[in-house]
Amino acid sequence: MTQTTTATATLDADLPPIIPARRLSHSGMGLLLGRLQPLAGRVYLLVFVLFLMSPLLILAAAAFNDSSFPTILPWQGSTIKWIVALFHDGEIGRALISSGIIAAGVIGLSLPVGTAAALVLTSLHGRTRGVVYALMVSPMLIPGIVIGISTLLFWRQVGVNGGYFLTILAQSSFIISFVMLMIVAQLQRFDRTMEEAALGLGASRLLVFRRILLPYLRPALLAACCIAFLQSFENCNTTLFVRGTETPLTIFIATKVRTGLTPVINALGLVMMVGTIMGAVLWEIARYRRAVRSAAV
Amino acid sequence: MTEIFDRFGKPLGGIFLGLALLWLAGMVLVPGVFMINASLRPHLPPPLRGGELDVYVLDNFAYLINHVNHGRIFFKTVWSSALVTLVTLLLCYPIAFWLAKVARRWQVAVMLVLLLIPYLMNEVLRGLAWYIILAFSGPLNAILIGLGLMDEPVRWYGDGGVVAGMAYAYLLFMLFPIYNAISTLDRAQIDAARDLGASAWRIHRRVVLPHAKVGIATGCVFVFMMAAGSYVAPALLGAPGSRWFTQIVYEWFFEIGNWNRGAAYGVALMAMCLAVVLGLLALFRVNLASAVK
Repeated sequence: MTQTTTATATLDADLPPIIPARRLSHSGMGLLLGRLQPLAGRVYLLVFVLFLMSPLLILAAAAFNDSSFPTILPWQGSTIKWIVALFHDGEIGRALISSGIIAAGVIGLSLPVGTAAALVLTSLHGRTRGVVYALMVSPMLIPGIVIGISTLLFWRQVGVNGGYFLTILAQSSFIISFVMLMIVAQLQRFDRTMEEAALGLGASRLLVFRRILLPYLRPALLAACCIAFLQSFENCNTTLFVRGTETPLTIFIATKVRTGLTPVINALGLVMMVGTIMGAVLWEIARYRRAVRSAAV
Repeated sequence: MTEIFDRFGKPLGGIFLGLALLWLAGMVLVPGVFMINASLRPHLPPPLRGGELDVYVLDNFAYLINHVNHGRIFFKTVWSSALVTLVTLLLCYPIAFWLAKVARRWQVAVMLVLLLIPYLMNEVLRGLAWYIILAFSGPLNAILIGLGLMDEPVRWYGDGGVVAGMAYAYLLFMLFPIYNAISTLDRAQIDAARDLGASAWRIHRRVVLPHAKVGIATGCVFVFMMAAGSYVAPALLGAPGSRWFTQIVYEWFFEIGNWNRGAAYGVALMAMCLAVVLGLLALFRVNLASAVK
């Protein structure tokens, strides 16, 4: 801002400033506002980061409080017994395994179906494409509990009750939408002439798919795999209705809140947080490096 | 339609088409029809199902409308979800603008990590954090009393607590779409507006906001939908007097055992969400394809 002003000043040394509106900000109220705005911005940024982080810090801190209930007030002494207890807690272990089984099932189902759906969608044109697109994203726009309810009611007719199978199906029905969108985004940059070249050289269509398109989609499939895992692992609303007698981690924590919460749950939160931070930092470093490298090219 | 077969051949194209159909028909549409079907039938003991009493009626919906509390809770859920949406929008817009147009590259990197940490953990743990903060003898009351802003602790659990917890839980779903939208705005447009003498307020109103429209619409759609359909936050942060509509749906299914009425309540929730989503998209003049991508 000041740079442009000086540049103008040196260029048109003996002319009046050509930007009169800018001059306003150098006088009285304008000056005050000009000084206050960045300050207000910084304060807001600080408050926002505090708002973002303090719940996590409090959640983590309560894991070290020697109190039978998760809280930071009153502080009854520091202890690591809750973290030790976490690793000996059979119920949490079982809940984790249950969540893992569901997530694995969801990934196994959503990746192929989502890819197939993306390929079908991109082969359509005009109005049909619009309609199919709306249909394919609709599961993302419907509340999770509705998806759980409809899956439960549908399968009851054929005598299948809630459990792993229904949970995987219900979660997948909207996670496939996410996978589909990610694959479509990657497909948009795909160069179809590569397929044609391979076909021209005598490759079968199956070979072309396996050796050209699939490797090209690999990064998107990997990202979709992560998203599918996270979505499945943290899902509560849909799972609640179709879980039957299974107790995945989110349900386990939610029921604990009602039936007697101990700081072991905070210890679990802390462990997940540490894992998350490490993952996020690594991911962000990789992204930052890529951005710097592509900026350098 | 034939393009998929031309490209991948009959067998492979057939598999793709089959999988896509299996998903759309078998996992989305048909279960949806079954839900609507169940919502229109009375709740009968198993021997009477399919008998002469098992006819289409609107009783389950009439019950919702005529019930002393359920109708009220339904609209409270709508308003509170709208409030959550508005709060997240106001909180996120300045940050999204800062991230997209002001912050240096390392600042963006740090901020994205800070933002991702709470969101890679699950919603229940985010709710649990607020459960601790808002407790009667918890840190929020202690700080406010310590600062002399209040004389006595306040019971935060209830509608206020639910809205606060949800605003926190869904922040990212508002921030990222707006950030993405503003990122594509050419800096030169802002500079041009400023050089022509526009105030900061005017630049936002006339240049940045119209450009961020798609992102704002997407954010609002997702936050509203998630807030209205959330079970965890109200269960954790609510009070007996502040029940959310989803909790009533759950009760019909697993506490009272009247699945037909539960289905009707679910259909009402779905219809409301779809109406709001379509309404928001029309309001912002954004089409579905650019909002959800």
